[in-house]
Amino acid sequence: MAYRLSIIALSVSAAVFLAGTASAEQITFVSQGGAYQEAQTQAILDPVAELLGITINQDSAPDAWPVIKTQTASGKVIWDVVDTPAKDCIRGGEQGMIEKLDFSKIPNAEKMPAEYKSPYSVAYEFYSSVLAYNKDKFGDNAPKSWADFWDVKKFPGTRALRNHPLATLEAALLADGVPADKLYPLDVDRAFKKLEEIKPHVAVWWTSGAQSAQLLADGEVDMEMAWNGRVAAVVKEGAPIGYSFNEGFLQYTSLCVLKGAPNQETAVKFVNAALTPDIQANFPTYIDYGPANPEAYKTGKISAERAAEMPSSPENAKLQVLVSDEWWSSPAGEDAQKRWAAFIQQ
Amino acid sequence: MAQSIRNPAELHERREQRLMMILLAPALLVITVLLVLPLLWLAWQSIRQDGGFTLAHYERFLTDSVYWVTFLQTFRIAVTVTLMTVILGYPVAYVAAGLPQRWSILVLAMVLLPFWTSVLVRAYAWLILLQRNGIINSVLTGSGLIDEPLRLVNNEFGTVMATIHILLPFMVLPLYATMKKIPGELTMAGASLGGSPLHVFLRVFLPLSLPGMIAGMVLVFVLTLGFYITPELLGGGRTYMVSMLVSRNIEVYNEWGAASSISVVLMVCVFLVFRLASLLIPFERIMGTR
Repeated sequence: MAYRLSIIALSVSAAVFLAGTASAEQITFVSQGGAYQEAQTQAILDPVAELLGITINQDSAPDAWPVIKTQTASGKVIWDVVDTPAKDCIRGGEQGMIEKLDFSKIPNAEKMPAEYKSPYSVAYEFYSSVLAYNKDKFGDNAPKSWADFWDVKKFPGTRALRNHPLATLEAALLADGVPADKLYPLDVDRAFKKLEEIKPHVAVWWTSGAQSAQLLADGEVDMEMAWNGRVAAVVKEGAPIGYSFNEGFLQYTSLCVLKGAPNQETAVKFVNAALTPDIQANFPTYIDYGPANPEAYKTGKISAERAAEMPSSPENAKLQVLVSDEWWSSPAGEDAQKRWAAFIQQ
Repeated sequence: MAQSIRNPAELHERREQRLMMILLAPALLVITVLLVLPLLWLAWQSIRQDGGFTLAHYERFLTDSVYWVTFLQTFRIAVTVTLMTVILGYPVAYVAAGLPQRWSILVLAMVLLPFWTSVLVRAYAWLILLQRNGIINSVLTGSGLIDEPLRLVNNEFGTVMATIHILLPFMVLPLYATMKKIPGELTMAGASLGGSPLHVFLRVFLPLSLPGMIAGMVLVFVLTLGFYITPELLGGGRTYMVSMLVSRNIEVYNEWGAASSISVVLMVCVFLVFRLASLLIPFERIMGTR
């Protein structure tokens, strides 16, 4: 009898608990973890939770794509909103794993440039692949463009590039004289041919952001393509490193909502709130990645000094090339990725 | 048959066997659930695609040059590392086996000490030693021996160096164990029969130590085949080993099947290596049970 009673008591308390959580709206938000997600918690997630009065549960995955695939394929969707490269949102949308966004419910995205949006995703934060160099080595005669990077006579020294074709193929084409506005669709053959030229001078093909920073800090390479946040961190530590956003490759991660997400409506509300200019303007306080909503730069929250260090500030954005996630998620883009390993090994 | 069961000795043996099985059961269960089943699942995945049977993942071994270049590089590194550990490890084991007990313990402790340090830490230690502004290059350029720093790391050379360092104990320990068991009287007998030290070593000691050497070689070779962190950190992006190909296949093809097929082929390679080695020496010897 006592056993029965305790079962009843348990189920009643469980019901109360469930009702309690159901009344307060919640979502599960997923990003890439580490310092990046910590910065977001303070800059974006906490203010949004307060603004909407919702609970934001967090999860993280360095590569969300396989998890999105598994969750939607098994029908056990736990995640609501994911912060991931737009290419995952787009191909996910095309394969029925990502929900189409109803932009009428996301007024904060209205003033964002059209190329920051896709039917399935909206840009969330920006970073850039920039050309960084050792100031001690080059002095006043610093490499400023990818043509300089490829010019081993005028700029002798060791180089490093990312062990990935994204932005690397673009750099090769710019070095080969393709105008920045005519890059896409990428001429993959031409890019690989140009890469063959620089290959003997590339000491390291880096695989992680931490590694790219280490290479600069240790003086292992004299110039490299690296993410602006990593470079800025090395500069802050006092290493003699210079960089500029000129011919940088502007990239962003996007927010998208999983198909069959348990909290569909709240998820869309979250997306809209996360793009609030005033909340987006918090990014530069916590991390070297820039807000995706250009309106954030008009809030007065970001100093001119800080804006100059942000990849997405209007002045810097003008100098850079926006990487086309659409091209990279197309079959041609996927083929280029498959070709990469063969190129590296030969 | 009925008579033999009544034989008390046999009954006793049977009871012992049953007891052994009960004792083994937990370990067998753990291995089945955590190792055998996942491996079967892996093999199953490698022949499935979109709910049907496929050999597409195995076809890539023939069509994708990356596959065999990677396997070739992996085996080349494994052979180099194995030979180098023999060259470096044999004298160490020889000296340790010949020393009095407390000195040999000291030598073995020196061999084992790095063994207790994380692979990751040791990879970074090699980076500090070998990089362009690293200790070795600074000394060499500082003393005027070379003008330009040597490229010692972020390539296959750096990977091989660090791998040798990590796997050396796997060569020294089986060698030491085998050498310890070689009766000193045998070499003395060889010498008293007029053999020169070199002659005695080549004709008596070396053949007797061979089982330990082969055991060490198999261990080092097989372990090298599965290396991941070391080539990833010290290979500079151009040293591609099979384990990296597995992770690349998850990233690029987004299919467990593509990655599984490579694991299955690598596993078959490992089995073949063990099979070949077991033709030379008994399997129990490789695993060090005898």
